[in-house]
Amino acid sequence: MSDLLFHLFALLVVACALGVVFNKNAVASALCFLLSLVGVAGLFVLLDAFLLAVLLVLVYAGAVVALFLFIIMLLDMQGGDRKRFTKSTILSSTVAAGLLVTGLVSFATHGLVETADPATVKIVGSSLRAYAEQLFTVYLLPVQIVGFLLLIAMLGVIVLSKKFEGLEDVK
Amino acid sequence: MFDFYFELPLLLRLLLQGTVVILALFPLAAACSMAERKISAWIQGRPGPNRTKPPIAGFLAPLGLVASIPVLGTLLQKFGIFQLAADGGKFTFKEDPVPGHVNKFYFILAPIASMIPALSTVAFVPFGAYFNAADELVPVALAHVDVGLLAVFALGSLGVYSLILAGWASNSKYPFLGGVRASAQLISYELSMTLSVLPVFLWVNAPGGQGTLSLFDVVQSQSQPGFWGGTWYVMTMPVSAFIFLIALFAETNRQPFDMPESEADLVGGFHTEYGAFKWSLFFVAEYAHMIVGSGIFCLLFLGGWNPLPWVSLADTIHALAHILPCVATPLFMALIAIGIFLGKVGFFIFFFMWVRWTLPRFRYDQVMTLGWKKLLPLSIANLIVYALGIAWLQTR
Repeated sequence: MSDLLFHLFALLVVACALGVVFNKNAVASALCFLLSLVGVAGLFVLLDAFLLAVLLVLVYAGAVVALFLFIIMLLDMQGGDRKRFTKSTILSSTVAAGLLVTGLVSFATHGLVETADPATVKIVGSSLRAYAEQLFTVYLLPVQIVGFLLLIAMLGVIVLSKKFEGLEDVK
Repeated sequence: MFDFYFELPLLLRLLLQGTVVILALFPLAAACSMAERKISAWIQGRPGPNRTKPPIAGFLAPLGLVASIPVLGTLLQKFGIFQLAADGGKFTFKEDPVPGHVNKFYFILAPIASMIPALSTVAFVPFGAYFNAADELVPVALAHVDVGLLAVFALGSLGVYSLILAGWASNSKYPFLGGVRASAQLISYELSMTLSVLPVFLWVNAPGGQGTLSLFDVVQSQSQPGFWGGTWYVMTMPVSAFIFLIALFAETNRQPFDMPESEADLVGGFHTEYGAFKWSLFFVAEYAHMIVGSGIFCLLFLGGWNPLPWVSLADTIHALAHILPCVATPLFMALIAIGIFLGKVGFFIFFFMWVRWTLPRFRYDQVMTLGWKKLLPLSIANLIVYALGIAWLQTR
């Protein structure tokens, strides 16, 4: 049963992710992204990480994609004409794809990642309390750093997009 | 008595339970539309729909026979019950044209997308409780999960897509404006809504506990013995309840926050181009959101299925069982609990309508100012004050 569900959700995620890239319509792309996120949330549920699944739907599917759609509609973005490929883009993308495939293949065949025995791994994501404890003890610093990075990104967007011509004190 | 039911396969049982809940919620949401018309009529000093009566002959004969019962028939007619049936018939059989200029796939997808979150949020809402054989209180709910409230918020937040899609797919100006307004408004008020319920869970999750976001546990913590154990959270956390209620109005697009449809400036807003059955789906979804939202409010702040503050359901059942022993059976007890809960929800549905026909609509900039500059700071301040207060109380 859960194998079947895994394959269904995985298919949904991959198909929708491809839809995001290949759709010419920006709104359709955003909706494919939404479905893809719902699929990932389904995969989390299969892993018993209920909190993560719910948070993914609440934050990303519920708010972030809605903001994407809001921006797409507000700016009335159309697909427009795509630039034709030049020789340099073809060359560089081939090299990049080759590197990616080589990396993945070598990682899969010669990877030295130690995988712990699934029976001994402590499950921390399933109960709310265990999850919160990990978040506020072991992973406190990474969470703060990620939050700080997001803040910097937001400040950067404000500085780059806003014109400060009339304001003397900002310069 | 119900052994045969529990012997059925789990999947079939869940399917049956889900169908029953949807079959109860759908007509309840439809009945809300009639309640809205009657209440608006009473508030405005007119009788409202009170004439419709089905004929005794023809294919409506069963309804006609009910209508011809002397006192009951007239009463039902006065309350507009047959008008509701006529409306339902009209929406089902009316021609449903799709305008030529719309984006057909998304135009048809939007009303369907509105029903899915509206009917699936109810899965996480417990609507009653009963004593099992071991004398433990068991919730009546489709899914009793640890992340209860977050799951409701997560699924409920998907409801905005139907409005955005409807506005965008209609491919005309006014629906489009409605869709854009909906996306901005719903995100803005979601923040205050989520922040306003945090004090409740800070209090419920006392140090040393297992940690939970389940709505059943919130009700349980309001039905403890003693003065503070039996107090409803609306009394100890009035600001939270107030913010939650305002945000609920905005999240369900009810007046004075019905910016996405706002008839005065947007014709009909996101559903201008819709008609017949698709239009009625939007409305049933809106009422279903209202019912579920009122239910969440009752569970969080009004003691859920406890009849009165300081009087828990268990006490009531024990007291009643002295007079009527059959009350203590699981079925009766669950029915009483669901009845009390639905009574509270019904009052809030009335409150929603009362406000709608009393207050004028905000301007859009006022909605945004209220959400970001007043409600959000207030909810953050409320959270900090309660966090400090609860930390002080629980460490003493």
